Amino acid sequence: MQMTLPMRWKAKMKHIISLLMENEAGALSRVAGLFSARAYNIESLTVAPTEDATLSRMTIVTSGSDEVIEQIIKQLNKLIDVVKVLDLNDGRYIERELMLVKVKAAGALREEMKRISDIFRGRIIDVADGSYTIELTGSGSKLDAFLEALDKTVILETVRTGASGIGRGDRILKV
Amino acid sequence: MDDSNQQKVGQISGAEIIMRCLQEENVKFVFGYPGGAVLHIYDALFKQNHFKHILVRHEQAAVHAADAFSRATGEVGVALVTSGPGATNAVTGIATAYMDSIPLVVISGQVPTSAIGMDAFQEVDMVGVTRPCVKHNFLIKDVRDIAITIKKAFYIAASGRPGPVVVDIPKDITAEFAEYDYPKTIEMRSYTPVTKGHSGQIKKAVKILLEAKRPMIYTGGGLVLGDASNELVKLARTLGYPVTNTLMGLGGYPATDKQYLGMLGMHGTYEANNAMQDCDVLIAVGARFDDRVIGNPDHFLSVPRTIIHIDVDPSSISKRVKVDVPIVGHVQSVLAEMNEILAAETNKPDAAALKSWWAKIDGWRGKKSASYDGSSTSIIKPQYVIEKLCEVTKGDAFVTSDVGQHQMWAAQYYKFDKPRRWINSGGLGTMGVGLPYAMGCQLAYPDAQVACVTGEGSIQMNIQELSTCQQFHLPIKVILLNNRYLGMVRQWQEFFYENRYSESYMDSLPDFVKLAESYGHVGMNIEKPADVEGALQDAFAMKDKFVFMNFLTDKKENVFPMVPNGKGISEMILGSDTNANDAADEMEG
Ligand SMILES: Cc1cc2nc3c(=O)[nH]c(=O)nc-3n(C[C@H](O)[C@H](O)[C@H](O)COP(=O)(O)OP(=O)(O)OC[C@H]3O[C@@H](n4cnc5c(N)ncnc54)[C@H](O)[C@@H]3O)c2cc1C
Ligand SMILES: Cc1ncc(C[n+]2csc(CCOP(=O)(O)OP(=O)(O)O)c2C)c(N)n1
Ligand SMILES: [Mg+2]
Repeated sequence: MQMTLPMRWKAKMKHIISLLMENEAGALSRVAGLFSARAYNIESLTVAPTEDATLSRMTIVTSGSDEVIEQIIKQLNKLIDVVKVLDLNDGRYIERELMLVKVKAAGALREEMKRISDIFRGRIIDVADGSYTIELTGSGSKLDAFLEALDKTVILETVRTGASGIGRGDRILKV
Repeated sequence: MDDSNQQKVGQISGAEIIMRCLQEENVKFVFGYPGGAVLHIYDALFKQNHFKHILVRHEQAAVHAADAFSRATGEVGVALVTSGPGATNAVTGIATAYMDSIPLVVISGQVPTSAIGMDAFQEVDMVGVTRPCVKHNFLIKDVRDIAITIKKAFYIAASGRPGPVVVDIPKDITAEFAEYDYPKTIEMRSYTPVTKGHSGQIKKAVKILLEAKRPMIYTGGGLVLGDASNELVKLARTLGYPVTNTLMGLGGYPATDKQYLGMLGMHGTYEANNAMQDCDVLIAVGARFDDRVIGNPDHFLSVPRTIIHIDVDPSSISKRVKVDVPIVGHVQSVLAEMNEILAAETNKPDAAALKSWWAKIDGWRGKKSASYDGSSTSIIKPQYVIEKLCEVTKGDAFVTSDVGQHQMWAAQYYKFDKPRRWINSGGLGTMGVGLPYAMGCQLAYPDAQVACVTGEGSIQMNIQELSTCQQFHLPIKVILLNNRYLGMVRQWQEFFYENRYSESYMDSLPDFVKLAESYGHVGMNIEKPADVEGALQDAFAMKDKFVFMNFLTDKKENVFPMVPNGKGISEMILGSDTNANDAADEMEG
């Protein structure tokens, strides 16, 4: 009954959406296609089969106004292969992402890199003459913070998995 | 892996399984066109007599005809095309059906499984190509999956918000053998469409409706698709509230009823659009607040009103306009439940408020926005042709339309009192649908009057179907409103591009009479207003003839009212307050 503001005026929020879908050829492209066809943001998307091999679990990190997020959830639910959708932001949740970073580690940098990695609870998983590969897990923002703490010139390569999310406590997404 | 290319006792071929499935689904017509990848299927088709195959002249027309068959009957339409070019030719038809939520099953042939991905002859990734314009699609990889997949295809197409489903079948699969077992019912954990609406929400909606001072009922294609006209008429009559229909909803409420305000939207009536803007309670029924309907959403939302929205598809709700009372459910069951609540209700609508609301509406009606200057005795006005068409067919024909000005005049001037009589492409706006749409209707109802209202631009986009009409003896009447322009384009150029008519004329037209005659049809040229009615009577008297009526109409006529792009729906240009026609006059020279 109150006056409504046009959607595009509203603030964009980051959301983590979890979904279960039939583990069938083409299901992933339906989700990816939906996001591009409707011009929805997509920050990351991860997918893998669950303990029940007929199902895949996907985590999508996106952003948009409340109205856009509502549409995203509805459109995802509308896909025939999608079994269940949950906006993790509707409750308490845990977000984790894995990152592997290869950094320069020659001379004085060797100690420095080890120290920064320890601060962020990273693990050095590969050691070479002039470089380390550091493994780090955490929320996306923690991984961002780690990269910011490093001097850009020491980063040789990064690879991130994109976020996976799960509800806290009794919040369970299952068929 | 398995030995399915050896026939065993009790087994039949994939192609035969497809035939059995279609038979099981009570399919009456398959619209199609053969080719390499579907040769096994066509061979099986040759040996059956449960349904009739309609050989079109272009795959696009096959899908359109199947689509119209569905629009006219409510059944699922079926088309069959070959791989590669056959499949891509079908895409426009599939997208057209998708935009208007029409249930179709389109079977496309595919190259043999072993050739997929090899850039084989006539290979195209049909599942990939159609993904954005289908409700769902399948690629069958095992002969044993054919029956279950076709069952799912029909179920998905027809249930929930209907839509087209593509089933892509590699050629080798149609030659392999399997036992045939068609499931009676189907359950899918990932697809469970809602039917009944939430009772609490429905009660709340009825309460809000009864408290309204300036109510408005706005219904669309969903009401027609959900076959809920009777429930709507009952609701509207009980309440005494005004009703408007979208282009897709025409006939959902009888056009000749006094509570009917006409179509709304870009070319809607003055009264419908103003009532839409000015109402305090709006109930939307199977309509999706399309941009051609509500105009500029900011303008629409600049006044407060309470909105109730009934739709089977939750994603239609609060998509473009925020809704106060969402009701997800099938129109028919929700409206029936509302009627039951109302029957038991002691509260009545506010009679005094309603009286002054109707007085206001009648004021708007007084503008007579849907009118035209019919004084000329030398030039045929397109609107006049439609008015006479309506009279001659007693308002009871199946009217198909192409896309353009003629479509809008048909929508405005033909009075549809019944649903499923007005067959047109609203969402995609596909020129070329008119003739194949008429084929689908005429096949569904062989004895009915079927008129195809078209433009000289549109009709040429599927003109090859004149041949199909001859082959199947379809006594369609083509009403060509020939203005020698891509009129709708020309109108926009006149209004918004200072009369720069860039490529919007139609030159080098064929002699339509001779063209029709060359296919064994009857052709007529009608050039004077005085001849319009007689010609229509003559044409419809030829009950077993296809008649192509070429009406030479006013070249410069425009469609009014018109809401220019970006304007609010109550900010209309009316025919009476513009000299746009004069400007066009001068251009003609
Ligand atoms: C040249 C041109 C001009 C046009 N001008 C206008 C105009 O002036 N006015 C106008 O109205 N349109 C106009 N259109 C058409 C417009 O583009 C849209 O196609 C049309 O307005 C959509 O109609 P609708 O809202 O009824 O929705 P539809 O597209 O018919 O959608 C139906 C809705 O009902 C729902 N539904 C389906 N089945 C059920 C069920 N069983 N129960 C409940 N809900 C169901 C669906 O989920 C969907 O939300 C024009 C088109 C063209 C090409
Ligand atoms: C396939 C396709 N191409 C282009 C358009 C754009 N378009 C919309 S209306 C129109 C003109 C139609 O001309 P005609 O069939 O003569 O009808 P008129 O408007 O003159 O009545 C065009 C080109 C379309 N809707 N469909
Ligand atoms: Mg024209």
